[in-house]
Amino acid sequence: MSKKHEVASREPLIRMSKRDGIPTWKSIGVRLIGLALALIVCAVIIYSLTKLNPLKVYAAMFKGTFGTNKRVWVTIRDIVMLLCIAVGLAPAFKMRFWNIGAEGQILVGGIAAAACMIYLGKSLPSFALIVVMFFGSMVAGGIWGTIPAVFKARWNANETLFTLMMNYVAIQLTSFFVAKWENPFGSNTVGVINQMTKAGWFPPVFGQMYTLNVIIVAVLTVAMFLYLRYSKHGYEIAVVGESENTARYAAINVKTVIKRTMAVSGAICGIAGFIAVAGASHTISTSTAGGRGFTAIIVAWLAKFNTFTMIAISALIVFLEKGAIEIASQFDLNDFVSEMITGIILFFILGSEFFINYKIRFRGGKKEAGK
Amino acid sequence: MESSIAIRMVNITKTFGEVVANNKVCLDINQSEILALLGENGSGKTTLMNMLAGIYFPDSGEIFINGKAVTIASPKIAFDLHIGMIHQHFKLVDVLTAAENIILGLNETTVVDVKHVREAVKEICNRYGFVVDPDKKVYDMSVSEKQTLEIVKVLYRGADILILDEPTAVLTPQETQKLFCVMRNMKEDGKSIIIITHKLHEVMEISDRVAVLRKGFHIGDVPTSETNAMKLTEMMVGRAVSLDIERSVPVNPKPKLVVKNLTVCDSDGINRLSNVDFTAYGGEILGVAGISGSGQKELLEAIAGLQYCQSCSSIEFLPEKGEKKQLSGMHPIDIKRLGVALAFVPEDRLGMGLVGSMDLTDNMMLRSYQDGPGPFADRKKPKQLAETVVKELEVVTPGLSTPVRRLSGGNVQKVLVGREIAMQPQLLMSAYAVRGLDINTSYNIYHLLNEQKKRGAAVIFVGEDLDVLLELCDRIMVLCSGRVNDIVDARTTTKDEVGYLMTYLKEGKTNHEQKA
Amino acid sequence: MTQVISLIQAAIVFGTVILFGAVGEILAEKSGNLNLGVPGVMYLGGIAGLAAAFFYEGNTVNPIPIVSLILTLAAAFLVAMLGGLIYSFLTITLRANQNVTGLTLTVFGGGVANLFGGTLNKMAGGVGQISVAMTSGAFRTTIPALSGLGIVGQILFSYGFMAYLAVILAFLVSWVLNKTSVGLNLRAVGENPATADAAGISVTKYKYLATCIGAGISGFGGLYYTMDYIKGTWSTDGSIEKLGWLAVALVIFATWKPKRSIWGAYLFGALFWLFFYIPGLTRSSQEIFKMLPYLVTLLVLVMVALRKKREDQPPHSLGVAYFREER
Repeated sequence: MSKKHEVASREPLIRMSKRDGIPTWKSIGVRLIGLALALIVCAVIIYSLTKLNPLKVYAAMFKGTFGTNKRVWVTIRDIVMLLCIAVGLAPAFKMRFWNIGAEGQILVGGIAAAACMIYLGKSLPSFALIVVMFFGSMVAGGIWGTIPAVFKARWNANETLFTLMMNYVAIQLTSFFVAKWENPFGSNTVGVINQMTKAGWFPPVFGQMYTLNVIIVAVLTVAMFLYLRYSKHGYEIAVVGESENTARYAAINVKTVIKRTMAVSGAICGIAGFIAVAGASHTISTSTAGGRGFTAIIVAWLAKFNTFTMIAISALIVFLEKGAIEIASQFDLNDFVSEMITGIILFFILGSEFFINYKIRFRGGKKEAGK
Repeated sequence: MESSIAIRMVNITKTFGEVVANNKVCLDINQSEILALLGENGSGKTTLMNMLAGIYFPDSGEIFINGKAVTIASPKIAFDLHIGMIHQHFKLVDVLTAAENIILGLNETTVVDVKHVREAVKEICNRYGFVVDPDKKVYDMSVSEKQTLEIVKVLYRGADILILDEPTAVLTPQETQKLFCVMRNMKEDGKSIIIITHKLHEVMEISDRVAVLRKGFHIGDVPTSETNAMKLTEMMVGRAVSLDIERSVPVNPKPKLVVKNLTVCDSDGINRLSNVDFTAYGGEILGVAGISGSGQKELLEAIAGLQYCQSCSSIEFLPEKGEKKQLSGMHPIDIKRLGVALAFVPEDRLGMGLVGSMDLTDNMMLRSYQDGPGPFADRKKPKQLAETVVKELEVVTPGLSTPVRRLSGGNVQKVLVGREIAMQPQLLMSAYAVRGLDINTSYNIYHLLNEQKKRGAAVIFVGEDLDVLLELCDRIMVLCSGRVNDIVDARTTTKDEVGYLMTYLKEGKTNHEQKA
Repeated sequence: MTQVISLIQAAIVFGTVILFGAVGEILAEKSGNLNLGVPGVMYLGGIAGLAAAFFYEGNTVNPIPIVSLILTLAAAFLVAMLGGLIYSFLTITLRANQNVTGLTLTVFGGGVANLFGGTLNKMAGGVGQISVAMTSGAFRTTIPALSGLGIVGQILFSYGFMAYLAVILAFLVSWVLNKTSVGLNLRAVGENPATADAAGISVTKYKYLATCIGAGISGFGGLYYTMDYIKGTWSTDGSIEKLGWLAVALVIFATWKPKRSIWGAYLFGALFWLFFYIPGLTRSSQEIFKMLPYLVTLLVLVMVALRKKREDQPPHSLGVAYFREER
């Protein structure tokens, strides 16, 4: 926009300029340094709070996450949940459409799944019920995601703010259904749905409760990777995200792409809601999404839309959460220490992005840092 | 005439990478004088003035203001030295009022004293004959009002030396007259004014002295009273240089594209193109000349379906076989569906023609990604194409998977042209195809265009270098202020004639077609 | 009648929390920074104020209310500002993505606040046992002469001083933005940083100051919630986060105008509590009523996009980092 400013006489102490690119190993290196710094900062904080050897605390975190077979599976369940949402967000973010509304899309998906369990639980065979739940959640999430896209495409309504508000409409909608389906009366929760029949619950596969969660999300992760990288749609998404001008030049219908992509994005978040209800909690509440819709935004952003990178980042975040909960209970802190540590680590990773995107040059020196 | 010198620039040199924008330029500006700075596109006028305004800093050379050596390191220092520049792209905040824009960043008082500003603005307006409503929001203003506001803003900040960068490019003749009137008043008041322009009649009308730049060099200055439009054109464009570009005689030219009455409005409701009529023939290269912003971009984009044209417009495409097709009012999608092989090399290579972050293969498929059945895009053919383009056009790249943004300008252009030509176009449009390219690459591009011409495609070549236009094209259409000023035979016309047509709209001219 | 009065009172108390949040956020957004960390900074403000009061009252033999007030206000403002500073450093200096940074700040702020809140609860001997009665009392002191003035007194004068502070701050921010040179420069920075830069305004400085001071003001929302709304206790039920998002919604509803956010805040409060005063609602339909503030905000968002009135649009560079050499 502005013309290039050059002031040669009084060169500032630090000058920065945009980089064109950076080798992959370097960008990973920069992020790892960020992560290491974050762990050091956290260690200092942990030490000042608990006066314990931070290394021991990290070891305890590890035990808390992977200590027992059951813990490992709960950890995996939570990782795939977060991953699923991030995978859903990937196409929207690649299109530079700020879908902050995953939280809401998960909830409406969850409502749809719970509704199927409650109303169809007795009339449909278990397998058919799960299939109906799957599609019901997908459609519900898809519609929830398409609404802001329509307003964006048609009237250019700010999608960040729109999707954000849609979350809270969905939360109230959930509260409405929670009150409606309340069981037992007066508890203000839905309770475990179909506790006796287990209709609509994911059946154990290979003797494990959460195998189906993993399978569904693994399929979605691979499919989304292929969709974004190899399909015609994925190509359109990339072009629209990069430049709408180029998209029009290439005869791409920008509005259609926006709506279609948000339908896909919302649908997958809806599926995440289905997994949360049918595959984990077997109930619905306003905390079914539990802020993971927001956390997943950070995962998707940091992974730069690569669904396989998302696996690693989801795992890191869930590990931190689990581990922090573990140290909290061991050292008499409360669970929220995990949110604080997650926050600090994300701050550092976000900050390290700068050194990947920008070159820094100090006054006097001709050398460019990090070049 | 007063002889005291307000600004003296001595041996100013400024380079951008390899390009020398100003080469040892010396220029004096007197007090109470209107100096016209004349030159073709890319002759270094704006760069030179930006160094006075503190936007750029010269690589070498000295600047004296009222005899004192100064260092203009920032726009703020320029203000302090009473230099004010009105840029082509206005630096105004849309949602603020005129008065608010005027005092922006000055922090004269803690609480904005609107009354005081209003009075001061009124005083300036009365002195020089402006009309500015201090309470009007900028988004409600016409282009000419915005320009007036920019001038008032600069005067409010105490400027004695005003630089106007192509101020008349966006004005109607009436508005131009008003501006000139104001400029004369300011001159009377002792201010020095530099006006950057291409328009010769305006130079003759308003200036006291003319300084001419060509390709970064200062060619000379003359008092306006001692020169005329033809002499200035000669100074500006220089002698014709022989480039030895191959040019074959068109074989069996058939009309390919008939444009009638093409009119395009921009979002401000200003006509960027008015009643443009012309025919492009298969087997010939039609050059489009004009000073920048005369409607070249809009012309090509309208044909490509990227600009909304007024309903009176007609753009007929006549294919080899079959019926003629109306392209006016169509989107690129519709044009593609009609099966019109229309290749377009836009001016903004990385912002429209290519996707900077994508690699060569992915950029090759921008036009063809829909081909082939199934939901997945075929990358084999684009990859082959990328290989072919890299080999045949000698694109220098680390590999096919390098993002095109990382290639040099010339290589980016080769990738773009290579892709567009690969679609075997019936109509090929290119905008500033050789801008920023070295000589060899330029000749490569000319050669490619000539090949398309020989294939029988209609080629429209929008260019800025008159020497190239004269030697490459068969006919040259000259645009002036969004109108077709004339279409001339490139083999018989002269550089002076085209230069003149670019800057001087024929009075009462009719937009007739000249047969090739 | 009493029902109407109690609805108005509930609306104003509720509205005050989000009014602080919204006024602070307006200031930040006017500089072009979309800080989605509002819930986080409200958390930070709330816990800092509570902790300051807790330790002051616990460690002083004869605590003086006014000292405690100043301490809590200062602590809330400063700690919330620190949150804003983290956000500013990441988004302005390091040019990290604003949305992601804001959301992270919300996670972080909530974590820190609830961690220390939980610790405070434990130190005090259990949930609801935190005893900052004196300070909380000071926050809730009303002027007896005025609050006793019948209906008028009940509607206008039955609140702690922070309810009035919120309104004063809204007017003050509005005045600064619209009437002063600093405000003019700030608006220019949010609209068109390149132009502001060319006019000699330090874009970085303005963005930092607006975002940090804005965060401080938002932090007061958390403070009001803990000290007045829930009377000097701490609960880890996530209500501050909900209120924080409502504050973000209010900014949109008010179309970035502090004065409009005053009645907007009370309207949100009234809409939020409306279900309580409509007889015959089932619990489930009450929840639908609580949707109203968000639906109204969505409506405003769509209307603003439809009407295209320039004064109502978000600041033009909202969400975009400024980099001078970017072409």
